[in-house]
Amino acid sequence: MIDKRVSSVEEALAGLGDGAAVMFGGFGGAGLAVNLIRALAALPAKDLTVISNSVRFLEDYGPALFEQKRVKHAVASAARSRGSASGISELQLQDGTLTLDISPQGSFAERIRAGGAGIPAFYTPTSVGTPVAEGKEHREFGGKMCVLETALTADFTLMRAERADRYGNLSFRGTQMNFGKEMAAAAKCTVVEVTQILDDLLPTAEIHVPGAYVQRVIQLADGRDV
Amino acid sequence: MSYTPLSRNQIAWRAAQDLEDGMIVNLGLGMPVLCANYRPEGREVLLQSENGVLGVGPVAQGEEADRDLTDAGSQLITLIPGASVFSSAESFAMIRGGHIDVTLLGGFEVASNGDLANWDADMPGKGPLIGGAMDLAVGAREVRIMMQHTTKAGGPRLLEKCRYKLTAPACVNRVYTDLAVVEVTLTGFLVREVLKGLSREELQAKTGAMLKFADDCGVLKPPAL
Repeated sequence: MIDKRVSSVEEALAGLGDGAAVMFGGFGGAGLAVNLIRALAALPAKDLTVISNSVRFLEDYGPALFEQKRVKHAVASAARSRGSASGISELQLQDGTLTLDISPQGSFAERIRAGGAGIPAFYTPTSVGTPVAEGKEHREFGGKMCVLETALTADFTLMRAERADRYGNLSFRGTQMNFGKEMAAAAKCTVVEVTQILDDLLPTAEIHVPGAYVQRVIQLADGRDV
Repeated sequence: MSYTPLSRNQIAWRAAQDLEDGMIVNLGLGMPVLCANYRPEGREVLLQSENGVLGVGPVAQGEEADRDLTDAGSQLITLIPGASVFSSAESFAMIRGGHIDVTLLGGFEVASNGDLANWDADMPGKGPLIGGAMDLAVGAREVRIMMQHTTKAGGPRLLEKCRYKLTAPACVNRVYTDLAVVEVTLTGFLVREVLKGLSREELQAKTGAMLKFADDCGVLKPPAL
């Protein structure tokens, strides 16, 4: 019998240890696994690589990750904290304890898609002629200069959806899908917090992410407070 | 003569007048999202948001606000009938693949060859933020910029060459400022409209590159907003 349901955050994050690369779904709070981020921040895991469109939301819900300098590398399209003063991740960037791989948002999303789809790298015209493309392999296709971007994969993806079933099938509401759909496929262990785990299986037409990409689902109320 | 520079809402009104029936449009953060309020009646313009929406409706009011339904600026939005929602990777495939007719973006600087700088203004102590601007600048079929004509100190922002880091080279088609509507052509800036009461010489003095004026150069005169 296939059953991906877990009942505690400890089970949900089992195996997430030092040196792990972790992807985080979410945009503007929708699809953000707030409960799992808090639980991760409470673990001792260090030397983490975080892959998240914006670093700011990780600061909001898991400040200890940065205060204790447990994140050593971030991949993001936005690494700007709230407010005009330096945030904790920005201080880490300045003192060199955090390194950053900054990507245009579309390249970031496609790197994750590629990672989950078994494509090791791809060419894109985005960022050509900007400092972001410096040092990357360039090649012209049909008269258009492109840069080579490499795929992103991870040990874990932490994300939120609205509903799940025991197969690990997921259904989103609103704009929760954002990066999560592709991140689910790009990680070895995808953990999803949901508002509801059905007793039955999700109707086929309502499945946005097939269970093949999901390893653990946990039912948890929306934990957002920002 | 005296003149009054356009307000942000008036710049948005002017930019919105050029959105045509049937267009798919992506509005950037800040001033561009205001254009949604000024779409001319009788034209169906579909708004795309890069977090994965085609068919963005008005900002949510009161009880209709849903924290799981946002636009790229994290505003809580509504959807219009016929709207679709999809992933970020698909959204940027839509953008990069040339399926967006127009993107309206904010800007720090635009050069006379169409170079755009709108993502990194060297803010001390702050980390970088690219977001979707580079993909939109490269992928949208037309790139239109909305910005103040000069810096707070009065320096030009339409230039021969951008000083800030580029978002994309040679991508801008048109610029709406508080003083003028300017086209970017193969031979540089071509002014389409000049603010009422502002002379061509005054406009040129506030610009860091040579301006040409269209034969049918009009008067920029939005309604009070």
